[in-house]
Amino acid sequence: MKAVISVIGKDTVGILAAVSTVCAEANANVQDVTQSILGDIFAMIMVVDISKCNLELSELRARLETLGQERGLQINLMHEDIFNSMHRI
Amino acid sequence: MISTNEILETIKMIQEESLDIRTITMGISLLDCADSDIDRSCEKIYQKITTRARDLVKVGEEIEGKYGIPIINKRISVTPIAMLLGASGGDPVKYARTLQRCAETVGVNFIGGYSALVQKGFGPGDLELIESIPEALRVTDRLCSSVNIGSTKAGINMDAVRLMGQIIRQSAENTADRDCVGPSKLVVFCNAPEDNPFMAGAFHGVGEPDCVIHVGVSGPGVVRAALSKMEGGDLTDVADLIKKTAFKITRMGQLVGAEASRALGVPFGIVDLSLAPTPAVGDSVAHILEEIGLEQCGAHGTTAALAMLNDAVKKGGVMASSAVGGLSGAFIPVSEDAGMIDAARSGCLLLEKLEAMTAVCSVGLDMIAVPGDTSADILSAIIADEAAIGMVNSKTTAVRIIPAIGKKEGEELEFGGLFGSAPIMKVNYASPAKMIARGGRIPAPLQSLKN
Repeated sequence: MKAVISVIGKDTVGILAAVSTVCAEANANVQDVTQSILGDIFAMIMVVDISKCNLELSELRARLETLGQERGLQINLMHEDIFNSMHRI
Repeated sequence: MISTNEILETIKMIQEESLDIRTITMGISLLDCADSDIDRSCEKIYQKITTRARDLVKVGEEIEGKYGIPIINKRISVTPIAMLLGASGGDPVKYARTLQRCAETVGVNFIGGYSALVQKGFGPGDLELIESIPEALRVTDRLCSSVNIGSTKAGINMDAVRLMGQIIRQSAENTADRDCVGPSKLVVFCNAPEDNPFMAGAFHGVGEPDCVIHVGVSGPGVVRAALSKMEGGDLTDVADLIKKTAFKITRMGQLVGAEASRALGVPFGIVDLSLAPTPAVGDSVAHILEEIGLEQCGAHGTTAALAMLNDAVKKGGVMASSAVGGLSGAFIPVSEDAGMIDAARSGCLLLEKLEAMTAVCSVGLDMIAVPGDTSADILSAIIADEAAIGMVNSKTTAVRIIPAIGKKEGEELEFGGLFGSAPIMKVNYASPAKMIARGGRIPAPLQSLKN
């Protein structure tokens, strides 16, 4: 079971570390990261394995959103099933 | 691997374009609750609904949490109550109060099925139930009622049509102190679907299993946003884009429905792939029509644009789901759609144009307010016209019309929430009284020689 975390916002030091820390605390294993910086806008997509996650997905989402608010970033977490069902036949 | 663009597109759909699951509706058969004693019958109903739907709201919220998709409503539809009333007799409003109590206990916002199917005539319980509708809708706030008065195979029961005009008026009068909210929960159908998850017309048909989960998806905002990004393109391209978008929306409904069915241990019924608007800005079917290229909804060309939209939504959705049903298409409820409200206010959208639009889209004259002095005969005649469109075209049509007691054309009714606000529309006052008074039945139409 995987989930996709997306982070969009102004580029600052330590975004990747902060998001990874929240994931690590929840025992969600980061499997893939793609990031790009356009001007000073930071955009990151992270795929995490949540099969051994020790939190409910909604709780992990809430923690990431709190982190987002603290750092002025827009952070989303969504179950991969959604993308698979919407974009793959 | 899913691409970054696909991920961002999905997030945008949910966060900015109001993509949501409009409703998870549990259909529950009450046939085994029928009893010759009405109080015992009510007790059995309460037990069955509160047992079957005990976890409905909880599971809905869990799925919302897991996928991050808003599920706006959790609802219940039940066997048409007229069938139970036929067995029990007694005061039908007892059933209404029982259903209201069930809805409060399990925490759903609407429960549908205070219904009677009388397309060919009145069976035991039908007439008593219909006559009790104004009182039932006055003493409850979560109960929804519907009456099927016609079908392609049976024709139109004009005695029922005449009665429903009176019932709608009476229901409005009974709730005049609450912006005539009564008739906003009362639908008069021709060719009513038995697996519709959308209120106010949902009921659990007799051909359905004991308990089943239906899902209604939404997403006018997503379709409009997709169209607004399109540069140029002819109508073939437009139809194609709508099809692709409807596919994605419906896939999400399918995912949620399958998950809910698994979690509740109840078979999955259908996905209703309707474009259901809300009064929120950006969630409007009228705005899709305007995006296609009309100055305002109601202009000449509206019917053609809507026909294309409705068909493309179905084509896209059918492939995305294992079972499509319900009303499936585009909804055009005037009070629940910001673009329709504007068009009705400005006088661009008239009742007659809406009637034409209902010939090519799902449902019918929906959430329309008319002046308070509109007679029961005129209401009946509006129902008859709409039912005739459904009967002849082998499609579902419905009327949910609200006579605004004490108000006149140009004023508005405020329902709030998903029901929105309804500008009172102009009505043709020429009298249909003699025709309506005739009663009887309009025979079923010929199914060949289609011209």
